[in-house]
Amino acid sequence: MISITVNGARHELDIEPETPLLWVLRDEIGLTGTKYGCGIGQCGACTVQIAGKAVRSCGLPVGAVEGAVLTIEGVSQDGRHPVQKAWIAEDVPQCGYCQTGQIMAAIAFLKDHPKPSDAEIDAELTGICRCGTYPRLRAAIHRAAASMQG
Amino acid sequence: MDKIDITRRHFLRTALTASGGFAIGVALPGWAGSTIDAAPWDRPVPGDGTEIGAWIVIQPDDSVTIRVAKSEMGQGIFTALPMIVAEELACDWSKVKAEYASANRNLADPAPYGAMGTGGSRSVRTTHEALQQAGASARVRLITAAAQRWQVPVGECAAKDGTVSHGPSGRSVKFGALVGEAAGIHLDQEPAIKTPEQFILIGQPLARLDTLVKVTGEAKFGIDIRVPDMLYAAVVTCPVPGGTVKSYDAGAVTGRRGVSAVVPIANGVAVVADRFWRAQQALAALPIEWDYGAGVGTSSAQFRKDYRAALDGPAAVARDDHGIDEALAGATPFEALYEVPHVAHAAMEPLNCTAHWQSDRLDVWMGTQDALGCTRRAAGVAGLKPEQVFVHNCFLGGGFGRRAVNDEMVQAVTVSKAVGKPVKLIWTREEDIRHDRFRPQAAIRMRAVLGSDKRPAAFDIRTAVGSIERSLGRDKVENGIERQAVEGLVESAYGIPKVRVSCVLKNTHIPVMFWRSVGSSQNAFAMESFIDELAHEAGADPLEFRRALLRDKPDFLHVLDVLAEKSGWGKKMPTGSGRGMAIHEAFGTIVAQAVELAVSPEGKVRVDRVVAVVDCGHVINPRIVEMQIESAVIYGLTAALYDEITIKDGRVEQSNFDDYPMVRMADTPKIETYLALSGGARWGGIGEPGTPPIAPALANGIFAATGKRLRSLPIDRDILAGKMSA
Repeated sequence: MISITVNGARHELDIEPETPLLWVLRDEIGLTGTKYGCGIGQCGACTVQIAGKAVRSCGLPVGAVEGAVLTIEGVSQDGRHPVQKAWIAEDVPQCGYCQTGQIMAAIAFLKDHPKPSDAEIDAELTGICRCGTYPRLRAAIHRAAASMQG
Repeated sequence: MDKIDITRRHFLRTALTASGGFAIGVALPGWAGSTIDAAPWDRPVPGDGTEIGAWIVIQPDDSVTIRVAKSEMGQGIFTALPMIVAEELACDWSKVKAEYASANRNLADPAPYGAMGTGGSRSVRTTHEALQQAGASARVRLITAAAQRWQVPVGECAAKDGTVSHGPSGRSVKFGALVGEAAGIHLDQEPAIKTPEQFILIGQPLARLDTLVKVTGEAKFGIDIRVPDMLYAAVVTCPVPGGTVKSYDAGAVTGRRGVSAVVPIANGVAVVADRFWRAQQALAALPIEWDYGAGVGTSSAQFRKDYRAALDGPAAVARDDHGIDEALAGATPFEALYEVPHVAHAAMEPLNCTAHWQSDRLDVWMGTQDALGCTRRAAGVAGLKPEQVFVHNCFLGGGFGRRAVNDEMVQAVTVSKAVGKPVKLIWTREEDIRHDRFRPQAAIRMRAVLGSDKRPAAFDIRTAVGSIERSLGRDKVENGIERQAVEGLVESAYGIPKVRVSCVLKNTHIPVMFWRSVGSSQNAFAMESFIDELAHEAGADPLEFRRALLRDKPDFLHVLDVLAEKSGWGKKMPTGSGRGMAIHEAFGTIVAQAVELAVSPEGKVRVDRVVAVVDCGHVINPRIVEMQIESAVIYGLTAALYDEITIKDGRVEQSNFDDYPMVRMADTPKIETYLALSGGARWGGIGEPGTPPIAPALANGIFAATGKRLRSLPIDRDILAGKMSA
C-alpha cells in the first residue's frame, strides 16, 4: 500500500509505487486540475508542490514522494489566493490548460523570491504555454509579489 | 465616415494618438463580468419555459445563459460571442454565463446554430449578425410580453440591464419573470439590429468569462472527463505515417495488472486498462510488427530537393494578370527562393477522447473544433444515426487547427465499441507530435521584374506545397489549385502592375493540415521577405518602399503610419541589433509588425520588442484582441526560431518538448499591440492574423542587424555565427 497526503487528506492506495504522482492524482484521487503535458518534466503543466517546493509530478514515482502534496485544488476553493487574483487581474489564461501548473510554480517561486527580478522569473519559471501567455504571466507574478508584500 | 465614428468612440475611453492608434488595456470600472461553469458542454434542452430561442436561457433568478456554437480553445470565443448577443438583449452582463450549443440539436433542418466548425478566424465575422439578431429578437419579445402584461403600447416600453420598464407609469419587471410569456410570442417582423456606432457593450475590454475556472483547476478539458465504469486506452500507430500493423502479441501483456484488452485500430493498436498509466506501460511492452508502407525510406532532405525540383515542372496558374507574358518576356528577373519545413501544432493538451458506445446511443466527451462534423463522423464509426450521437464539447487545451479533424475520436469510439464500456483514450505527447497533421513543407520562388526606377513591374510567384485538402481525402482541389496553397499571394494588396501566381500541389505520406494562419504562415514569409529584399535592392527604406506599393490602400497606409510612430521606425539601432518589419492581410485583418532584435556572435537571436498594429475593422473586445496578438506572435516566433519536424526513413524524428523546443518566458519579447481600426465593411478575424508577419519581420530584422538574408525557416544559427553560408 502507498500512503500519501494530498491537500491535507491522507490516502492509502493499492498501486504500483513506480506510478507517477501525476496519474495517481488524476486517476486514483480524481484531482484533475494537475495536467498531463509531456510526461518528461519539460513543460510544467503537471507542477504541484511537495513540502512547499514546486515539483513536476509526471516523472516522480509516487513511492518516492516524501512530504505533503499540494495541488491547485488545495490552493483555494474560490480563486482568492493572491497569485490567482493576480492571474485574474492580468487576464493570463487563454486555453488555460497549463495555467494550474504555472500557478503552482509561481506560488513556490514567490516564497523564495518575494521581490523577483525579471531575470529570476526567466531563470526559474520555465513552464511552456503554447498560447504564449508569457507577457501576462510575468505581469501577474510581479502583481502577486506586490500584493503579497502588502 | 466609419473610420471617424469609430475613432471618436474609442477616444472617449482611451488615449488617442496623433495617428489614430490607441493602446489597449484600459479597463472600465463596473464591468466585473460573470464566470461560467467548469464543464461547459451541452445540456438537455430545458422544457421549463426558460429558453427563449435556441441561443438564450433566462432563469427566474435573472441569470442569462448564452449558448456558443464555436469552440473555446483559448481565443476567448466564450466571451466574445456572448457579448454580441448581450449587446442586443440588453441584459445584465454580470449575470451572463456561456455554455456550448448542442451539436445533436443542430442536426435539425434548418440547423439552429449554423456551422460549428471553429477555424479560419471566422467565428465573429461570420456569425455576429445572426447573434445580434437572436439577441434583438429575444429583447423585443421580452418587451412585448411586459407590454401585454401591463396592457400598454410596446412603444412605451424599453429594456435595459435585464429589466423592462414602462416610462409613463414607472413600472418595471425583470427578464426572469417574463421569459415564459416572451418565449411564446411570435414577431411578425424581426427587429433591426444595431449598427457599430450604436454598440455599448461591444468594444469594451471586458474580463473573460472563463478565467476564474481556469485558475482554480475546475475547468474541465476533454482529458479531465471521468465517467462511471470508465476504462483507459493508450494507443500507438505506425511510426511511418500511413503504415499498418502486421501483427502483435497481445498475450505478452494481457496478464498484466489492470489490462483488459488489446484492440486493433486504424494503423495501430490500443491497450485498454483500468488506469492510463497501466495501459501506457503495457503498450510499451507490447511486441508489434509493422508494415511501414509507402513512406519508408523518405527524408526531409529528399522532400526539400523534390519541392525545389517541382518548381521547374508543370504548375497550375491561380492568378494570371493580362499582359503578364509580355511583362516577363526578355527580362532578367530578381529572384529568391524561400522554404519552410513541416511544423507541429503541439497544443498543450495532448489529443484525447472519452467515448461511451451503446447499441442505441453514443456519447463522446472531448475538445473538438467542430462538434457538428465530429457528430456526423462519429455516427459513421459507431454504426449509428447522427441523431443517436451526443458530442459533449469541453474546453480545448489549445487547438491551432489540430482539433479540426478528430482522429482520436475515431480511435476512442472504435475501442469503446470493442470493449462495450466507456473508454478514455489519451495520446502521449510522443504520439501527439509524431502523428500530428503538420503545417505543410513548402518551397516558394519569388521573381520580380524591376522597372527602371527599381520598383517591381511584374511578379512571377510559384509555390510547391503539400495539399491540405488531398491529405484530408477531400475533393476540394480544382484544376490543381487549393485556396490554402496560394492564400496571401493571389490577393496580395501590393500594387504590382502584373502578377502571376502558380502552384504545384505535391503530397508525401506525411499528413498535412491547417496550422494557425494556414497558407499565410509560409506565403507571408516569402512575400514579406522578398519585398524587403526588393526595398534593399532599390536602396529604399523598407517601410517607405511598402508605402509606395500600397499608396491606393488607405487601410494599409493607416496601419503603416501607426507602426512607424509606435515602433520608432528609422531610429538608429546599436551595432549587432536590427529592426525588421512585415505587413500582411489574412482572414480579413491587416497586421503589421516591427521587431527589434540583436544577434550574438554565436548566432543567437534575442528578440527584444515586437510592435503590432492591427486593423480588424471592428473590435468586440480589445482586451481579447491584445491577448490573441501576443499569442499569435509567440506561436509564430516559436516556429521561426526553433521548430522543424524532420523526417528520416519515413518517420518523424521529433517526439517531445526536449527535441521540439518552444519559446518560453526567457525568450519572450516585450509585445505592444495597437489598434488602427478602419471600421466600415471590414470585419476581420483575430485568432490567426497575428502569426504571418512575425517570421518575415524577424528575418528582415536579422538582415538589418547582420546583412545576412535567411530564406528558410527555422532560422539557422550556424549561418548567423558564420559557420555556414546562407
